[in-house]
Amino acid sequence: MKPANNPRYAVPLVVLHWVMALLIVVAFAVGLKIWSLPLSPLRLKLILSHKSAGLTILLLLALRLLTRAATRVPPLPAHMSAGEQRLAHLGHLALYALMLAVPLSGWAMSSAYGIPVVFFGIAHLPDWVAADPALAENLKWLHRGLNLLLALTVSGHVLFALKHHFLDRDGMLHRMRLGGS
Amino acid sequence: MKLTLAAWLLLAATPLFAAPVDSGASRIDFTLKQMDIPMQGQFKRFSGDIVLDPGKPAQGKADLTIQIAGISLPTSDANAQVQRPEWFNAARYPTARFVTTSIKPLGGNHFQFNGKLTIKGITRDVSAPFVVNRQGALTVADGALAVSRLSFKVGEGDWADTDTVADTVLIKFHVAFPGK
Repeated sequence: MKPANNPRYAVPLVVLHWVMALLIVVAFAVGLKIWSLPLSPLRLKLILSHKSAGLTILLLLALRLLTRAATRVPPLPAHMSAGEQRLAHLGHLALYALMLAVPLSGWAMSSAYGIPVVFFGIAHLPDWVAADPALAENLKWLHRGLNLLLALTVSGHVLFALKHHFLDRDGMLHRMRLGGS
Repeated sequence: MKLTLAAWLLLAATPLFAAPVDSGASRIDFTLKQMDIPMQGQFKRFSGDIVLDPGKPAQGKADLTIQIAGISLPTSDANAQVQRPEWFNAARYPTARFVTTSIKPLGGNHFQFNGKLTIKGITRDVSAPFVVNRQGALTVADGALAVSRLSFKVGEGDWADTDTVADTVLIKFHVAFPGK
């Protein structure tokens, strides 16, 4: 049992948080680039790597949820009101839900287009949606819509983290630090 | 009496009448590999005549015309793309044509055709085995033909890169025509 005043997340969760943050930013940026490009060899290559990034995020998410369930999550700063704490939990819940929904919607969209999803050229994943061009177009917009929600939620997450660090000065950012004290 | 004999002789000597392909009962699909990932497409519009008496394959003949505008791929982007000059150049070459030059028996209901395939104004010799079966009033020929897309200049410029789209495209045909 860890000391009750341990203010940090378990090391694997801190690592997963930052690795996934980086992957999500890259996958999002590549996604925007794909959206802007006309059909070209470059676009196809970007789509291929974008899919592998999305699947990696899904895998890491599973690992993260298991680790989170098995470790102690540090409490939120005591100065936060019950309402603020509820909002923070809701925000984190939304982040988790979107980290799951965004890659799944992309995978479904690819399946609906009749294009198999391949993980780093090794594993051909099952198509869990039957090929249907009209559904594929709808899923494309769902994927984009969910990404917009994810971008907004992540922005909120970053803004609140910075507010805690620079305005509240409650040291909450240290929860996601590796090493140091 | 003489007339009847002449009529019989004439009938026996007449080549079999070519029958139009039953486009509703026929399909021509193709599989291409995009960065090693198989992708399905279809030639949705084609017409032509086939004559094939499995007992006399040497007299058989097929002549099919495929409408480039009827190519169907997984995405609307891709459908628009294949019509462009780098791919099929549909504006200049709206059709592809396949004509057999000979049909050989391979034993049983197996045969092999030699023929000429014209895509984008380029004609190449092609050859593939196929199987013939009866389906009610129709005769159905099934087979697959591997073609090199680059030999027909399908995919030029950036698209000539075979790491993106492999050179070999497998065309699978299931053509039905009335006949015995």
